[in-house]
Amino acid sequence: MIFSESDTIYYALTIPLLGALGIALAGRWPNIRETVTLTTAVAVAIVVWSLIPTLQAGGRPELHFGEMLPGLEIAFKVEPLGMLFGALASGLWIVNSVYSIGYMRGNNEKNQTRFYICFAIAISAAIGVAFSANLLTLFIFYEVLTISTYPLVAHKGDEATVRSARVYMGILLGTSIGLFLPAMIWTYSVAGTLSFTPGGILEGKIAEPLVGILLLLFAFGIGKAALMPIHRWLPAAMVAPTPVSALLHAVAVVKAGVFTITKVFVYIFGIDFLFNQPSHRIIVWVACFTIVVSSFIALRQTNLKRLLAYSTIGQLSYVVLAASILKPLSEVGASMHMMAHAFGKITLFFAAGAIYVASKKTEITDMLGIGRRMPWTMAAFSIGALSMIGVPPTGGFISKWYILGGAIQDDNYLALATLVASTLLNAAYFLPFIFAAFLYKEDVKPVNEHGEAPWPMVAALTFTALLTFAFFIFHQPIADLEAQILVK
Amino acid sequence: MTLYDQLPALVVAVLLFTAPIAYMLRMHGFPWAAATAAVVTSFIVACSLAATAIGGETIIYEMGGWPAPYGIVLHIDALSALMAMLITGASSAALIFGAKSLADEVGEETAPAFFAAWLLCTAGLVGMVITGDAFNIFVFMEISSLSTYVLISAGPDRRALISTYRYIVMGTVGATFYLIGVGFLYMVTGTLNTADLGARVGQVEDIRLVLVAAGFVSVGLAVKAAVFPLHSWMPNAYTFAPNAVTVFIAAASTKVSLYVLIRVDYAIFQNSIANHEVQLTLFLVPLGVMALFAGSLLAIYEKNLKRLLAYSSVSQIGYIALGIAMTSVAGLTGAIVHMFNHGLIKGGMFMAVACLALRYRTVNVANLAGAGKAMPWTMAAFVMGGLGLIGVPLTPGFISKWYLVLAALEKGWLGALLVAVILISSLLAVIYVWKVIEVAYFREPRANAVPVTEEAPMVMLIPTWIVVLTGIWFALDTSVSVGLASIAAKTLLGVAL
Amino acid sequence: MAVLGLYNYFVFAVLLMIGLYCLLARTNIIKSIIGLSMFQSAVFLLYISMDKVDGGTAPIIQEGVENQIFANPLPQVLILTAIVVGISTTALALAVAVRIREAYGTIEEDKIQEMDRKQ
Repeated sequence: MIFSESDTIYYALTIPLLGALGIALAGRWPNIRETVTLTTAVAVAIVVWSLIPTLQAGGRPELHFGEMLPGLEIAFKVEPLGMLFGALASGLWIVNSVYSIGYMRGNNEKNQTRFYICFAIAISAAIGVAFSANLLTLFIFYEVLTISTYPLVAHKGDEATVRSARVYMGILLGTSIGLFLPAMIWTYSVAGTLSFTPGGILEGKIAEPLVGILLLLFAFGIGKAALMPIHRWLPAAMVAPTPVSALLHAVAVVKAGVFTITKVFVYIFGIDFLFNQPSHRIIVWVACFTIVVSSFIALRQTNLKRLLAYSTIGQLSYVVLAASILKPLSEVGASMHMMAHAFGKITLFFAAGAIYVASKKTEITDMLGIGRRMPWTMAAFSIGALSMIGVPPTGGFISKWYILGGAIQDDNYLALATLVASTLLNAAYFLPFIFAAFLYKEDVKPVNEHGEAPWPMVAALTFTALLTFAFFIFHQPIADLEAQILVK
Repeated sequence: MTLYDQLPALVVAVLLFTAPIAYMLRMHGFPWAAATAAVVTSFIVACSLAATAIGGETIIYEMGGWPAPYGIVLHIDALSALMAMLITGASSAALIFGAKSLADEVGEETAPAFFAAWLLCTAGLVGMVITGDAFNIFVFMEISSLSTYVLISAGPDRRALISTYRYIVMGTVGATFYLIGVGFLYMVTGTLNTADLGARVGQVEDIRLVLVAAGFVSVGLAVKAAVFPLHSWMPNAYTFAPNAVTVFIAAASTKVSLYVLIRVDYAIFQNSIANHEVQLTLFLVPLGVMALFAGSLLAIYEKNLKRLLAYSSVSQIGYIALGIAMTSVAGLTGAIVHMFNHGLIKGGMFMAVACLALRYRTVNVANLAGAGKAMPWTMAAFVMGGLGLIGVPLTPGFISKWYLVLAALEKGWLGALLVAVILISSLLAVIYVWKVIEVAYFREPRANAVPVTEEAPMVMLIPTWIVVLTGIWFALDTSVSVGLASIAAKTLLGVAL
Repeated sequence: MAVLGLYNYFVFAVLLMIGLYCLLARTNIIKSIIGLSMFQSAVFLLYISMDKVDGGTAPIIQEGVENQIFANPLPQVLILTAIVVGISTTALALAVAVRIREAYGTIEEDKIQEMDRKQ
């Protein structure tokens, strides 16, 4: 390697910011601006991915920025879970940028420069979250992520959008400052550190029922994981342009939420310690409740993007459920599901956005027969949906397999039943739409005769659909890497 | 004696001596230049004092060579040094920032008197924090108050006058209460030196008069510090003062009264009155909690941006009051750091508001639609400040909130309630900050409004951003602010460094 | 007798309260300023009372006189400063009152408040 590993972390964080600067400077010339975006995205991905071999060999690169408060430093340390999230976010940014270019131009959106700048900052923040060595650093980047995505959500700028963006901002900032922050400071005051340590830092420092309270503060404070009842921001954020929805649902934001929860369970509480505390069951219940209820709500949606939003809420709780089962298999399953869901959901959102750009349709009741006009898009959509349901040979099957394995190890029948029920419900809200899209006759004439969306969008969504297959086939190295997180 | 030994006196003296000179300079721009030069010099001296104090050293300077407790001494420890740095820093920043806006708002004719008053005000505030004599504090307090009245009354709106008048009344009552308290203390101890008072109050047998003195002093200072519900003078004074004056007094002046409150309560009463911490808690916690809620709620419903920020100051002072009331190292550290950090945040925000006022000719929130586009740098500075008020990480507000919550958590279940209060009020801050941001960024300007296309001039933008970036600096590298504050807190509580 | 002997402290308290009442109850700015002045004067009385020592005289050393009892000079010095401050405050308040009269045409606070509300 040309530069040391800690330099690599440094570059992974700063290249997107430099990219943002470049985008700002090139704002007047759209072609140069888009080139800067893509170049930055590719550069970041290469830098981040270059760390993977080190991680596989058991290395844990670190980068220290110095103390912010006495005893609390801003530091980065790459471990398998963070590596997975970092690689995912940086890789999908490339695809998402290609898609964004098609979408933003196809839709003649305003303020495109602001859009790309905020996007780049959000990616930098996501990588910061992924690579944090302690909870404080993570929290800082978590908040940067919230704030940098606010202008993206409020992109349209009309009254209704601003109101929804207010909900987005209010809930995410509110839960993080109102619950996450005190949970963190509390942890610090009992444990004296906030470093992510294999095996956790709280063992023997805190007892029931305080563990339960702390656990709830974390679970609901990390609002990005969208556990019910603090899931409202996710449907509200559906007012954003579709590439932003993809960023929120697949690339960065919600993933940052479930990633943080998993990380807190594994490295702050420690799964062995938490497993012996009865209160961890509360999280299992909340997650199961969220999975089932969100699926029912999704069943009743007619707006495609809102349907996808509720589907995401359910899928996120899969990760939380997997993490809260606290068995080795299920922890691996949690990380695998982050990835599988990312590929599937980004495909679904890309497809929804392609449909909107080509036909201006948002309601599924208007989309009968749309598969005939947009066969590629709907084929990709179907693959994404199958991955959500967990049908082989898509990625969703793999992660569900691991989660089920963990649930069986624990004899956790509640989790088993929930997983089965939710699979059925997922099928119930995705399959009828797919059938109708392909088999029914068009009954609402579109405003203009349209075919597929612009080619960058179709290319992007086809690519991500292929990724779900690829994940099914090549998941083993990833699973091996993630199995390292439990090694003390 | 070398000049270096005279530094403690120099920090005030340079300001006091330049004041008459500034008054006598009649050439255009000269009074401003003289004032700026003096204040910046004083700032540099204050920084060098802070460099000494961060080692945990206390500088005692005997005025005229008379030893304590007979003579007046200057007593500069970590707390004084931090405050002196804040005051002179805020004063320099506001003066440099206000070069243009003050020339607009304060006429050519009154400029010499205005800048002389500015120097006296800074001198008074610095004097309050470095003196080690209780009566001397009163004298400096009145020097700063009288000149602050002059500065506020220079505001262009006639309502500045009536605000000044109300401030005079409240300020004088507050200062007189303090004077009565000091008088009682002198009656029972026969000394005015703060260190000596701390030692002697403990030997007093009949504690009643000491308690009365503590009451008078605390209430008097609470008025001067605008602790809710004694804040009524503040919103209008901030609103109608010239913009640069608001920057200065919002950043520094109430903090100094809080400093005296800390000094008197911890250095004099804490070790000598039994159960003093309970009394302090019972006095300040309810006021602090009320301030947090009332200030934030008033800010949420306020339409004038300057007054909105003033109400936000009321609630932020509530945080400081809570920190003082915790009587623990973490709490006091949080309070002191927040005095410093809030000064930085509010100073920067009022600077951004002054930029907006220059272009929009109004500070009504509703009229600022489209400011995000017309004045991107100014609004970005405002947003950074707003995030600081909320306490988002990477802003100085986060650091202070960290310590306050840490301190509250040490207090068990009652502390958990306080944590909830602190965090709820942070969320209320989200509301009033976001109210402004939404209008500035997402609302289209009214059709009949005069369009604003120009960003604020560089002479204003650069100082604003220097303050904002300094804030970010102190959010990342806390070795100076938290370092000084924790030394101060440990010294005041008598904990080993 | 001890209580009566402290009569100047009673005067201090009464004067203080009269001043404060006058300050709060009057809407006329000049009358409020008079109240403020009384309020401050009360404190002067407090300080001057406390320096009194039984049988004490002015603290000036006279040659040939031994074992003199002096009144405590320090409060006198302090209150001299406070008097100066009080005069300055009153002067400034009066100056502001003059400016208010120029700007509003009245020195009645309630009228001014009404004018401000209309603005």
